[in-house]
Amino acid sequence: MSEIRRPERRLWRPFVDLVLCWIGLLALLGLTVTLSYQPLASFNFPVAMTIATIKAGLVAAIFMELRHRSGIIRAFAAAGFFWLAILLWLGLMDFLTRV
Amino acid sequence: MTGKNYLTDDYRLGSWFTTTDHKRIAILYFATLIFFFFIGGVAATLIRIELATPGPDVVSADTYNRLFTMHGIIMVWFFLIPSIPNTLGNFIVPLMIGARDLAFPRLNLASWYLFVLGGSVTLFAIFMGGIDTGWTLYTPFSTLYSNSYVSVAVTGIFIAGFSSILTGLNFIVTIHKLRAPGLTWYRLPLFIWSLYATSVILVLATPVLAITLVLLTAERLFGVGIFDPRIGGDPLLFQHLFWFYSHPAVYIMILPGMGVVNELIACYARKKIFGYKFVAWASLAIAAAGFLVWGHHMFVSGQSLTASLVFSFMSFIVAVPSAIKVFNWTATLHKGKIRFDAPMLYALAFIGLFTIGGLTGLFLACLAFDVYATDTYFVVAHFHYIMVGGMVTAYFGGLHYWWPKITGRMYPEYWARAAAILIFFGFNLTFFPQFVLGAEGMPRRYHVYAPEFQIWNVLSSGGASVLAIAYLLPMFYLAYSLFFGARAPANPWGATGLEWQTSSPPPRLNFDRQPVVDGDPYDYAHAPEPQHV
Repeated sequence: MSEIRRPERRLWRPFVDLVLCWIGLLALLGLTVTLSYQPLASFNFPVAMTIATIKAGLVAAIFMELRHRSGIIRAFAAAGFFWLAILLWLGLMDFLTRV
Repeated sequence: MTGKNYLTDDYRLGSWFTTTDHKRIAILYFATLIFFFFIGGVAATLIRIELATPGPDVVSADTYNRLFTMHGIIMVWFFLIPSIPNTLGNFIVPLMIGARDLAFPRLNLASWYLFVLGGSVTLFAIFMGGIDTGWTLYTPFSTLYSNSYVSVAVTGIFIAGFSSILTGLNFIVTIHKLRAPGLTWYRLPLFIWSLYATSVILVLATPVLAITLVLLTAERLFGVGIFDPRIGGDPLLFQHLFWFYSHPAVYIMILPGMGVVNELIACYARKKIFGYKFVAWASLAIAAAGFLVWGHHMFVSGQSLTASLVFSFMSFIVAVPSAIKVFNWTATLHKGKIRFDAPMLYALAFIGLFTIGGLTGLFLACLAFDVYATDTYFVVAHFHYIMVGGMVTAYFGGLHYWWPKITGRMYPEYWARAAAILIFFGFNLTFFPQFVLGAEGMPRRYHVYAPEFQIWNVLSSGGASVLAIAYLLPMFYLAYSLFFGARAPANPWGATGLEWQTSSPPPRLNFDRQPVVDGDPYDYAHAPEPQHV
């Protein structure tokens, strides 16, 4: 009977990486706030969403450690985002087409 | 039988409550679910007694509201959703894939404790006076107007949701990482494919329920404007979020039942499952497509016509993989050496009842018909054909099929067949009249009704009493078999599958030696003959 394989314990989250990521997120937050006051007309929304996507990507890659994980784990993480997209897509379909 | 098994490994009560053995945790879940099934059943009994006559005889309108809410909440979250995955799945999955346990045994035990905690909090809300919102907890009633214990009950459901997530996570990792040598994906029993698809839904959908309930509580307790339009919310947002979880939850309930039926049909027809790969992928297709149809619960809510048309179309799409399964089961039966043992009777009942439930679901997917039938007894009949006629029937089938493996004892076949037939008869007598009532326009969730509906309600209540007796029967003869049943051999049904290669009941670590798989599943041409014990 083979033993259950236990993954080798490794420290994926060196302190410097976490701090740099945190600073990066704060910088992006500042950028979001600053740009929200700029008169970009219809570009305000896409710009804010782009920054938010970058922030989510940083959290996924650094804090969720996905940059060090195998394909199957990344696939499951991607599935989570994909399902969220389904929720937003079909949910918004109602809100945006109401008369 | 020699040596210790998982039941005799340690007799202390404490060893059960601290166990990390998936088989014992399955038994803990089983006992807990019987308790909740009984509570939900009591509510159903009172509902059917009240509806035997047109007038308000037994309970007030307010009590009736609390009764059907209690019935729905208990049956959905504390019986149907955990039933097959957490009892039969917990017990059988590691055995079926040749593993010693689930990937995270302690997480498995934590899942049960969370379930008990969530159930206890919900029961507390019920016994304090209950809630009157219906199990769907629709806003603005649940957030603004209800004076019942909404927040407490919602907290209980929220906690139990984490039990579901942990179980789903455990199954996914176990199926990926702990399969026996040689057990490739296309050699897996279809029960495993079904539970894998179920687990994906549990992990992806349940968090949405959790956040929805948090938002509901935030608005109810703190006035945060999320669903109330007066403070910036959108009342339909709750329904979108709720049904994004709760429609896939229907597949959480039915997919494991389909998985059980695969095993039963193959074993008692002594044949390979027709179109194995189609059935396997149909499970995943149902899991994925099930997320695209939630808006069919909202056709009359004020949802846009465009959205309703898209959701209606998607609802027809999701019927395709379900139909693939039904056709493949019937094709498997063709020219099979069919044995009408009790588990097979349950499997055949499942196919018939699920088909009726599924086809009437297509009625309701049609916009024009649904507008007419919404909130009538047609809907009640439809979903009970799926959840009770389908899921509960499959649960009983699986319970009988694996009972010798779980307990090491054989049950009395005669009584088991009688109970299966009685359940089929009682179920149809209970719920088929409700299709007629719905078609004639009787609305659901009222404790009084027009006198012309009485005959169908009397039939339904009579059927419910037959069904109640039929559900109680197995409790008696299965309990009898625990003490007086014949000792079960390792493989009484002559079934394929790794779980039948170990002793009944299995040892603590499931197998004396690591099983190796070198062939396709359901190879009944080379399977041993059933043993007559």
